[in-house]
Amino acid sequence: MNLAELQKKLIAAARADLPGGQVPYAFEKRVTALLASRVAPDNVALWVQGLWRAAVSCVAITLLLGTWAVLNPVTKGTPADDLSQNLESTLLASVDQNDPAQ
Amino acid sequence: MERTEAELITAVLQGDAVSFEPLVQKYSPRVFATARRYARRESEVEDIAQEVWLKAFSKLRSFRGEAPFEHWLMRMTVRTCYDFLRGHQRNRESSFSEISEPEDDWLERFVADPGSAAEDADAARLLVGRVLEKLSPPARLVITLLEIEDRSVKEIAELTGWSVPLVKVRAFRARGEMGKILAKMAKEKYL
Repeated sequence: MNLAELQKKLIAAARADLPGGQVPYAFEKRVTALLASRVAPDNVALWVQGLWRAAVSCVAITLLLGTWAVLNPVTKGTPADDLSQNLESTLLASVDQNDPAQ
Repeated sequence: MERTEAELITAVLQGDAVSFEPLVQKYSPRVFATARRYARRESEVEDIAQEVWLKAFSKLRSFRGEAPFEHWLMRMTVRTCYDFLRGHQRNRESSFSEISEPEDDWLERFVADPGSAAEDADAARLLVGRVLEKLSPPARLVITLLEIEDRSVKEIAELTGWSVPLVKVRAFRARGEMGKILAKMAKEKYL
């Protein structure tokens, strides 16, 4: 079988077969109705919704932290519990050891 | 008084969706004719056309009016058809043993005497449709545009968004792919 000739024949057959441009009845009406049914997003409503969600999250976090602070009161006056004191003594430990005055 | 295309587009961009209707009415025959090159079922053709118009509406702001609206729309149509081909590759693996009797007769006539097999026969159209369905999406698109619609490489590049060298490479591969499919068909039928 001459495949090159067959390819030519089939391409010629496809060329001869021009597809029609028939459009289904009231197609344009359907498209317009579909477009109209797609409600455009309201930017203000989107912002308000986002801000409300953020506000609710903030209140929830505040309540959680408040509860935690009430249930776990910080005991003051013990140097061992003072984070800043601990950090300072750790950083200056080598200086303290080499200080001849001590 | 009938409004011009530019006036209709401006009205749509200002929020008057009803002004889109005359554009849909005017250009739908071309959109449908193009879609029928790539989809066989009417329901699929209609889905493609609808998708094209929805895309055209949502991207209308990107139409700058430098080229005719029809060219912009046809680019969108061809790209939507390509997306459709990529999403519907179910028929590519089917066998040639399922070809109908008239197609078989046409092939027999072609083998006996290539000149006697008419190009405008329904069987030839069915057969070429079957062969095209087996091509990969880029190959089918490029064969349709280049060989069947007789468009230039530059035109295809504009329609598809591919570069000119890419169109040439894909055209070369598509011809090879089609040759292989025909060879497979000949082998299945006559060996």
